[in-house]
Amino acid sequence: MSPEKPKVAFYWCASCGGCEEAVIDLAEDILKVVEAVDIVFWPVALDFKKKDVEAMEDGSIAVSFINGAVRLSEQEEMVKLLRKKSQLVIAFGSCSHLGGIPGLGNFWNKETIFRRAYHTTPSTDNPEKTVPLEKTEVDGKELHLPSFYDTVYTLDQVIDVDYYLPGCAPPRDLIMNALQAILEGKLPAKGAVLSPNKSLCDDCDRNESKPEKLAIKEIKRPWEVEIDPEKCFLAQGIICLGPATRTGCGQRCIEANMPCRGCFGPTDQVYDQGAKFLSALASILDTNDEKEIEKLIETIVDPAGTFYRFSLPASTVRRRRMEAIK
Amino acid sequence: MSNEAFEPKLVGFLCNWCSYTGADLAGTARMTYAPNIRIIRVMCSGRVDPQFVLKAFAKGADGVLISGCHPGDCHYQEGNYNALRRHRLLSKMLEQLGIEKERFRLEWVSAAEGGKFQQVCNDFTEQIKKLGPLNLNGGKNEPREA
Repeated sequence: MSPEKPKVAFYWCASCGGCEEAVIDLAEDILKVVEAVDIVFWPVALDFKKKDVEAMEDGSIAVSFINGAVRLSEQEEMVKLLRKKSQLVIAFGSCSHLGGIPGLGNFWNKETIFRRAYHTTPSTDNPEKTVPLEKTEVDGKELHLPSFYDTVYTLDQVIDVDYYLPGCAPPRDLIMNALQAILEGKLPAKGAVLSPNKSLCDDCDRNESKPEKLAIKEIKRPWEVEIDPEKCFLAQGIICLGPATRTGCGQRCIEANMPCRGCFGPTDQVYDQGAKFLSALASILDTNDEKEIEKLIETIVDPAGTFYRFSLPASTVRRRRMEAIK
Repeated sequence: MSNEAFEPKLVGFLCNWCSYTGADLAGTARMTYAPNIRIIRVMCSGRVDPQFVLKAFAKGADGVLISGCHPGDCHYQEGNYNALRRHRLLSKMLEQLGIEKERFRLEWVSAAEGGKFQQVCNDFTEQIKKLGPLNLNGGKNEPREA
């Protein structure tokens, strides 16, 4: 371990572990990474503790990669600590970038989520109605748990973020490009999303199959039809977020014959991915008749959850109004 | 704040060719109507991006009106049909986000219908007064800047 190597930290908040997996998936490339940097903190793989980070000098970590959204007080505390100790903070993956799948919790609040998770799911067996408490007494000792927030936050709603690596999870080539840019000091302007600034449709192999004028007469869900593996999803009446989503993912879903769900978030020109997609979809519904429009829209079962699948906390409205939750 | 004292903030996106001219007619004819609406002129109701509507709500609007030419009368042939489709879909999405669909209104007002514009403004203001302030999560819904 030579002392000149830049120090790197990885941390996880509200996430599934897929982003950690993405680092492991660098495979042999991880050796190049370890050759170039010292990993000083990585809870999933290395046994360093919070006190070790606290003992570091402020700004002594060159870059912290933080994945996951922020929904617990513990996560807020840790990311604030890492911010203080790091020169650069990179939001790694959809959840820290946009809120991600955990961000769908913003349709609810703490009370309703706890009620569902600990009382009303069919698989729950909890006769004592136990729920996690921030403070509990066990054998005369007081135990503490972090507090659970009503709202899920993106990383940049909690701390200052320098760059974003999008994706669920970020693909290997984007991670390697970002690392190389950091090591060579060739980063773009602060705040950039480290993926090309154009829409997925621009790169999509199926773009050729798109008719000149897209027009949808019927909305179909992927499980309802046999999907043509060559043809534009929207031309098949299947909701695909490609038009409102940034490219750079390598079309992983498209190649698996599944439509884009929007994990890369919008391009720089758009500030609300869901609204922008709504706009695009509404304009290709193939009818001008009010009744027919309403009937067609009835078949779009969950517009908010579909258009903001990965980006509700980063959206303009951020969450369902608290007053509207029962 | 009691609803008696509550003066709703309304934002109105009016198309240049019909509704804005209709609103202008209401003015030149000296019709009086509720002063709550803040008018933004756009070239066509089909120009109104759903992002504008969400931003208006997030920045403090209690209600948003889009007004365009009557079906069949659009200066650009079909722009108002785009507005209609977006309005219906966005209304559905707003309800999921806890924003009542009454707060988001689409009206057709022609250049000759100053009286209709007056009535729409009065009616919308009354309706939102009854609903009360939107106050998106106590003002904590500040949107991210583009």
